[in-house]
This record gives sequence, structure tokens and C-alpha cells, in this order.
Amino acid sequence: MRNLRILIGGAMTLIVIVTALVALVWTPYGPTAIDILHRLAAPSAAHPFGTDAFGRDTLSMIMAGAENSIIVALAAVGLGAVLGIPAGLLAAARGGWTEELLMRGADLTFAFPALLTAVMITALRGPGAYTVMIAIGVFTAPVLARVTRTAAGVIWVQDYARAARALGRGRGAVTRVHILPNILSVLTVQITIQLSLAILAEAGLSFVGLGAQPPAPSWGRMLNDAQTYIYTAPFLTLFPGLAIALAVLGLNMLGDGLRDAMDLRRRRRA
Amino acid sequence: MGIRQCSIILHDAATNMKAFRQVEQVGGRKNRDRTSRLLASGGRGGLLHCNTRGEERLLKTNMMRRPTILFAAAMVGLLPALPALAAPPDSLTLGIALEPPGLDPTAGAAGAIRDVTYDNIFQGLTKIDAEGQVVPSLAKAWTVAPDGLTYTFDLQSGVTFSDGTPFDCSIVQFSYGRAMAADSINAQKQLFAPIAKVDCPSPLKAVITLKQPISTFLYDMAWGDAVMVAPKTAATNKTQPVGTGPFMLSRWVPGDRIELVRNPHYWGNAPKLAAVTFRVIADPAAATAALLSGALDAYPDFPAPETVVKFQHDPRFTVDIGTTEGKVILALNDARKPFSDIRFRQALAYAIDRNAIVQAAYSGYGRVIGSHYTPSDPNFVDLANAYPYDPAKAKQLLQEAGVKPGMTFTITMPPPSYAQRSGQLVAAYLSQVGINVKLESVEWAQWLSKVFSQSNFDATVIAHVESRDLDIYARPHYYFNYDSPTYKALYAQYIAATDPAAQAALVEKLQRQLSADEPNIFLFALPKIGIWNAKLKGMWSNDPMPADDVTEVYWGP
Repeated sequence: MRNLRILIGGAMTLIVIVTALVALVWTPYGPTAIDILHRLAAPSAAHPFGTDAFGRDTLSMIMAGAENSIIVALAAVGLGAVLGIPAGLLAAARGGWTEELLMRGADLTFAFPALLTAVMITALRGPGAYTVMIAIGVFTAPVLARVTRTAAGVIWVQDYARAARALGRGRGAVTRVHILPNILSVLTVQITIQLSLAILAEAGLSFVGLGAQPPAPSWGRMLNDAQTYIYTAPFLTLFPGLAIALAVLGLNMLGDGLRDAMDLRRRRRA
Repeated sequence: MGIRQCSIILHDAATNMKAFRQVEQVGGRKNRDRTSRLLASGGRGGLLHCNTRGEERLLKTNMMRRPTILFAAAMVGLLPALPALAAPPDSLTLGIALEPPGLDPTAGAAGAIRDVTYDNIFQGLTKIDAEGQVVPSLAKAWTVAPDGLTYTFDLQSGVTFSDGTPFDCSIVQFSYGRAMAADSINAQKQLFAPIAKVDCPSPLKAVITLKQPISTFLYDMAWGDAVMVAPKTAATNKTQPVGTGPFMLSRWVPGDRIELVRNPHYWGNAPKLAAVTFRVIADPAAATAALLSGALDAYPDFPAPETVVKFQHDPRFTVDIGTTEGKVILALNDARKPFSDIRFRQALAYAIDRNAIVQAAYSGYGRVIGSHYTPSDPNFVDLANAYPYDPAKAKQLLQEAGVKPGMTFTITMPPPSYAQRSGQLVAAYLSQVGINVKLESVEWAQWLSKVFSQSNFDATVIAHVESRDLDIYARPHYYFNYDSPTYKALYAQYIAATDPAAQAALVEKLQRQLSADEPNIFLFALPKIGIWNAKLKGMWSNDPMPADDVTEVYWGP
């Protein structure tokens, strides 16, 4: 069962990644090339996903959009990891005031939704893919910090960690040798889940116009553009929606499957 | 605040049907009064529904189509039996895309101000009617001296502002004097520049002397910017407008709605509508939904051309596609290089397929134009084919202008969909001739300050909605910085011309001059897509001025 979940989730994720990689070198049409004569064409052999109001090929746009989604998600979660994981490790290692300060700081950051952060950053430096990356990254950091601290806290009270401390090893060394390797599985799962959330958040922010600016393709903006065409060309909303669903569902299933596979206690119980 | 119940019995005399409805009402005298007022006013014929927020709404029911007697017996106990109620509704909810920044048309350039106030709240000496003709308003008649320098206006008698202030010639003196003053913030100050003085031989006679003959003077005084304002209230008109029109402001909920009610002091025939609400719904999808759900009765300037088909097939709605004076242009900053080079501007004109832009940006509604003039005007010259789509010619002109492939400039786009879409399309077309376009979306406030006021931009897509506004190309420091002595000389001849034939010839020359110089790329004439409830009568088909004039609107049976 759990292998099935990893398998299906992994396959869906793989489709998205491969699509994005292919889009780097090839798309059926230029994702920004307009062709007014063939605007709002229904799906056909020439345009499997149809064309939009400007006659742009929807398949090409979705492929290029996959690239955009993945890059933004990776960069955002990467930023979140770089900020959040060390903060969580430090909090767990030092405890006391350091921990209070870091964790309350995380709570504070967490209180701002990604959308609000994105609006603030937009006000400072205008909308764009970078704005979205930073906004989602800032939103991801406290999540990873919390997960890291909790997981690390569990290891810190284990006998082997306490023994290492008693033998005079520094907090940094214990973190490196004992803590980090033991929480890697937890982090991997969480990062996978965060990637799916980041893709969803990117689509949402692009939908409201804060993300990648036209003509750069983005799933969220494609959905927004398609909104008013829902009466005349409903397929325009279908494909970007499906693409988002595929990416988010795939990563979520993968994350769930990985968690079950890596969780020793659950595995033992099973 | 206690919960009260109001029970309303509806009795249909024709079908002898009775309906009984109990509705809950959050109590309070205000609600009770509202309820009785609503019942007295008739409403659209139907059940009265009081919801818990204390808002009343009339629900249409089949049984109420014929003359009906409505007995209202509420537990509030104060509502007497009311006689026949078959009167059509007398309120109207309109959708507008942009919220006006204020309601003083003499203190701002935004067309949205005039959409709400033109002839509804504020009136001028003359006005533009639905057909675009100059007709009497506060001046009931006028004579023009043979030399074209002296205009004598006979003013309407018995006119008062909505606060009771009487209107006479001194108001004309004050209003024009205020607009002409050095510290005037009137957005169309140049309209008043030719006025030498305003004399008042009697309270109901205004004599205006001009410095030089201006052929467009009566038209100019019909602009929304040339309305009459009272000295006492002029400073506060922005938030509390006080005008001579048939409506006055009752409530303004910022970001949501502007509510007007009948002006009890109105001098003319009272409008058929008792209340008009302007609701700000900018999002095209939301506007579509609001019309379909009945939350809006009308959207005079509908922002989602791609959903028009849906309404055309729905018998509940009237779709009226008319013309506006709006000209959608790709405005260029002619003071910057390489826009200062005519070959570069012409290259841009050749590189853009404007027919395709009308198709993709406005679903084919709208008409390609070749100059800053709209087809709805009698003196229009069709120059749409002056620069046919020809990328090869564009490339050649770019080469002559010394512009290298890979040259980059920015198009600043305001929020409306026509601008966003046209901007993207222009960018795509220009990329085919080797020009990179960076697209930048801005909010209106940013657009007004950065592009319009500071002239800090390369190019922008914008609709100029004023009619016959050829004068903007003759202004010294207008935002696109067109500076042509030839054009200015022609324009001076035009405004000085008094003979209609000579005027027409000059209007034609001006259009041709603009097309030849191509200071901006003229894209298409903005259509007016009006959608409203099929029972609504008297809505304007065309927009000869930025106005949503509802003074003649009423509900048919």
C-alpha cells in the first residue's frame, strides 16, 4: 500500500519534472507565440490542449509553466530550508532563551500569510517570480524550523546524545554527528510536502497577479486569464487546473508514502 | 436590539391567491420605517423579504405579475393596508469598473468622476445628449455674435442646487472664474483659457466674451469639467457634491458603492428613478456573475467582451453595442530616444497587427483607427490603413532608424483588461521584428503619477475617453511629449475657424497630420458594450462623453 503511494506519487512528480526538463529545450510551439487566426481553438491534433485567447498553444504554455512552477518551488523551499533548518537545530541544541527567541520569531513569521508577505515584497520591488520565491520562502522557513526543532529535541534526550555530551563533545559536533542524520528522514518528508504547498502557493499568487509577469507562462495566471472565457472556451480552465492538481497531488502522495516508509515505529507496528 | 417578526400577507386580486410569509426582522424603528417606505413605494411587485441584516429585498414571484393588492400586517402593527401595487421598481443598480477618486468633476482627470456625476449630479450651461449633440442644459438658449467673440446665454429660471442655493449668473461667473484661476486644479483648464470675461447684465443672462473666436466653445462648455458649482460648497464637492442635477449623493461606501437619490429641489422634470446605486465591480468575471445573478441591473460599460455572447443568448438581458469616444493607443514618450525618431514610431505602427489586437483584446468589438479620432464623429477620416501590418517594412524602417535588433523598452500597463491584453499582444508583435518589450503592470494611482504626471515612461497602453480631444497634441507638456509646430499651427487655425466647412476641413487635416507623424500608435476605438435588464429603458447606447447619464432611465413593464 505505502509502496503503491510512493509509486503513484513518484510517477506523477516525475511526469511534472520531465515535462519541465523537456520544456527547457523543446515545446511544440513557442509558449509566448501568438496566432490570432487560431485563437480559442478547441483541443485538436495540432493543439492537443487547445489555444488561448491570443492563439497561444496551451500545451506549450503548460510545459513552460511546469518549469516556472518547479523553479519557484525549489528556490522558495530552498530558501526556507536554509533559514529554517539551522534555526531549528540551534534552538534544539541551545534551549533556554535562544530557543524561546527563535521559536517565537518563527511563530511571528508564521502569523503572516504568504499572500500578505508577497504583497509587501511587491510593494518594495514589484511583482515577479522572485517576489513569489521570497514570499513563499519566508512562509516555509518557520514550518521547517518547527519541524526541525521538534525532531531534534527528541534525539537530544536519547541516551547516545546525552552520552556524547557527557563525554565532552560540543553541541555543534553532536548536532552534526547524531542529530542531523537522525532527523533527515523527517526533513525529507516535510520538504516534499512543502514543495507541493509552494507550487500551490505560486499558482495562487500568480492568479492574483503577483507572480511571474506576462508573457512568462504560469499556471496560476493561465487560470486567471481563462476565467472570463469559461462560457466560450471551458477547456482553457481545465488544463492548467489539471496540471496544478497533478503536481500537488503527486508531491503530497510521495511525501505521505515516504513518511510511512521511513517511520520506524509505524513500520514495526505493521 | 430585539428580534421582531414581520408577517406580510400578499393578496392577488386577479387569481384570488393568498400568500403568507413570515419573515424575521432585526428590529428597530429604522427598519420599520424602511419597510413601510418600501411598501408605499411599491417595489417590483412581490414578496417583501426582511433578512436578518435589516436589508430589504423584493423577490420576484410569478403570482405578482398582475395587479395585486398587498395587505401588510406586521407584528410591528403599524402598517396599514395598502392599495394596488403594480408600479415598476424605481431604483437602479449600475456596475462601474473604476471607483472615482472623488466626486468633483472640476478637480480631477479621471473619467470615472464624470461617469457618476455627468448630468446626474452636476450640470453645465450646455450638455451633450445621447446622440453627441450640444443641447441646452442650465442655459435654455443662447446667441452668438457674428464676430464669434460674444456668447449670450439665457439661463433657466428657478434653478437651485440640491442644498437650496439659487443658481443665477453669479454662479456662472464664479464657476468659470474658479476654473480659470491660476490655482485652479481643473483637469481641462485649457477649455477656459479663451474666456476673457463673464458679465451679468441680469441675474438670468450671462454674457461671455472670448479673447479669440473658438469654434468648439459651446461643445467645450458641455464637458463634465465645465459644470456649475456653488461658492459655498465648491471646496467640499469632492466628498459631498452639491450640484443642480436631478440626483444627489446619499451615501458613499468607499471601494463598494455610491448611492444617489432624487434631488427634491430639482428644477426640471423629476427623474423616474428614485434611487441610483453605482457599484464598483472591476473584475470582469465578478461583473459577469453580478449581472447574471441580478445583483446589478445594468453595466453600461461592460468590461468582459468575451462573455457578451452569453448575454446575447439570454432573453433577460439587452446587449447594446455602441460607440464611445475612447481611443485605445500605445502612447509613446516622444521626448525619449528612439521614440523621438519618426521612422522608429512608424516601424512600430507597421509591426503591429491592429486587427488582430481588436480580435484578441476585445473579442472583435471595436474598430481599428489610424488617428486620434473616433468613427462616431461626423468629421472622422478613416486612416486605419495608413500603416498596414507589414513586418518587413517595419524591419527596414528600424534599420534606417539605426535601431539594433534586441533593443528593449518597457510598456507600462494600467489595470484594465484592454490595456493588459493589448500590451501583451504588442510585445509579441514587436518581438517578431527584433524588439524586446518588458511589460510592467501598475495600479491606477501609480500610472497617474508616474506616466501621466511625471512623464516617466517609455510606452503605455491607455484609452483616451474624451471626445474630439485633438487639443492634447497641441499642448506644450502633455505626457507623451509630442511637439510639432506644424500641428500646433493647424490646431490654432482650427479653433479660430468659425465657418463649419473650414472647421471640418481642418479637423480632417489634423487627423492626417497625426497619422503621418504617428506620435502614438493608434490601436482601436473602444466600443461601449452595454448590458442591462431587458425591462430597463432609456439607457444610453453610445458614450459621446464619459457619462452614465441615468436621468431618463426607467423600468418598462
